[in-house]
Amino acid sequence: MTQMNADRKIAISVKNLEKYFEGRKVLDGVTLDIYQGETFVIMGGTGCGKSTLLRHMSGAIQPDSGQVVFYDKDLTKISEEEHEQIKRRFGMSFQSSALLDYLTVEENVALPLLEHTDLDPKIINIIVTMKLSLVGMQGYEHLMPSMLSGGMKKRVGLARAIAMDPEVVFYDEPTAGLDPVVCAVVDKLILDLSKKLLLTSVVVTHNMESVFRIADRVAMLHEGRVLEVGPPEQIKNSSNAIVQQFINGDLVGPINIMEKNRREILN
Amino acid sequence: MNVLKKCEIIGKVILSWVQIAHDFLLLAGQTLYWIVIGPFKKKPVKAPAVFEQMVFMGIKSVVIVFFVTFFTGVVLAMQSAHQLKQMGAVIYVASLVSISICRELGPVLTALVIAGRIGAAITAEIGSMKVNEQLEALDTMGINPVRFLVVPKLIALFFMLPCLTVIGDLSGMMGGYLVGVHNLNINSHLYVQTAFKFLTLKDIYTGLSKSLIFALIIALVGAYQGIHTKGGAVGVGKATTISVVTSFIMIIVADCIVTGIYYFQNM
Repeated sequence: MTQMNADRKIAISVKNLEKYFEGRKVLDGVTLDIYQGETFVIMGGTGCGKSTLLRHMSGAIQPDSGQVVFYDKDLTKISEEEHEQIKRRFGMSFQSSALLDYLTVEENVALPLLEHTDLDPKIINIIVTMKLSLVGMQGYEHLMPSMLSGGMKKRVGLARAIAMDPEVVFYDEPTAGLDPVVCAVVDKLILDLSKKLLLTSVVVTHNMESVFRIADRVAMLHEGRVLEVGPPEQIKNSSNAIVQQFINGDLVGPINIMEKNRREILN
Repeated sequence: MNVLKKCEIIGKVILSWVQIAHDFLLLAGQTLYWIVIGPFKKKPVKAPAVFEQMVFMGIKSVVIVFFVTFFTGVVLAMQSAHQLKQMGAVIYVASLVSISICRELGPVLTALVIAGRIGAAITAEIGSMKVNEQLEALDTMGINPVRFLVVPKLIALFFMLPCLTVIGDLSGMMGGYLVGVHNLNINSHLYVQTAFKFLTLKDIYTGLSKSLIFALIIALVGAYQGIHTKGGAVGVGKATTISVVTSFIMIIVADCIVTGIYYFQNM
């Protein structure tokens, strides 16, 4: 695996990332490499900093220290204009879908195209139909987001994320709040899109079935630190007690939620 | 120790106020930047978005502005008639109503009504977008939320509030006319003549210049509170309340300052 990775190009490299929120250390020296074309899953418990890490990679927030390098560009040091340009090479699927609720499905997907390109409305229409059919949502163009189910919203959000033909797509909890069958549908969609569009995908999730279904490589994040990185089989057979407790969902183990909550309240 | 603690609290309060002032001015600066520089960066404000806001803010507010200022005109005429009757100067009800409505009550009451209707709507809209990750989604798509959401609202209100103020002035004077002619038995022609006899162009533009400042206050306070909304539905409700209260106070303070400037200029 190491030999295989050595031949591949690194798309995103995170180096010693640190972030504090109101005095609390959320990311504590995170270092990761994400290779071009792979589906990389970041898993970890609630509040371990995985969404924060994703937001650093997408450029939504800046770290207190450390670097996020996208190919040869350090996202923490480039100008705002360069950042805007790079953001167009990213797509992001949000936990809450984050569709603009006063726009129709079609208008939501067309939004980045209308804002960033001078394409003819007819061409934009064709692209929107194409993207919606890629996620199996053709025929729903004129509906408002409030009329869609959670899974459908996620798929429209995905269509919007890939509207500008991005190189990297970030998924924040793509299967949260969905039933197991819809979860499987969304997972398959993530895999299909990655293959068809040759995407680099970074997925944040705590759904273990999803992790082992879609991941090329997995990183386990715990209390702002990366515990282990490797292919799913390696993580599954990890000797790390925290990783094992998390995968199996054991009540007893090194992760003590009650104790953690008590400490937080006392602090 | 106690003194130190108090100093710390006072320091924290001052720092938070400085932070608020900084963020508010930053938003005002960004808004101005996108209005002025946006077109040169091929990111002009989209006219349909501005017109849509103009309809919502202007045309749909006409009825409420009419009622508030009309009845204020009626009350003003009745109150002043009572006093002026004793001096046998009841005809001056006309000029008293027209001057006080055009210089003061028309612009201020219209602004207060619009702060309640539109300022609250701006905060609620942007605030709920914030808590539903929609602002972050815009940012990730490389669409600046200030340019996309705040600028069209500010431009629309900047043009519509003076228009609404003119409507408010006219309906206030109509209220006064109704009392003057039908209750105080002043000749209709004489009433109109007296109403406009003492009314100078300066009275009108003093009022309109105030409404331009009020428009900036309502739009920027509304947007600021929306962008800085924290928490869920409760957060949106809280931000909306703060937005309306802050706008009310700032409108009255700004009115006092502008009136003071005109007052001392004439001394």
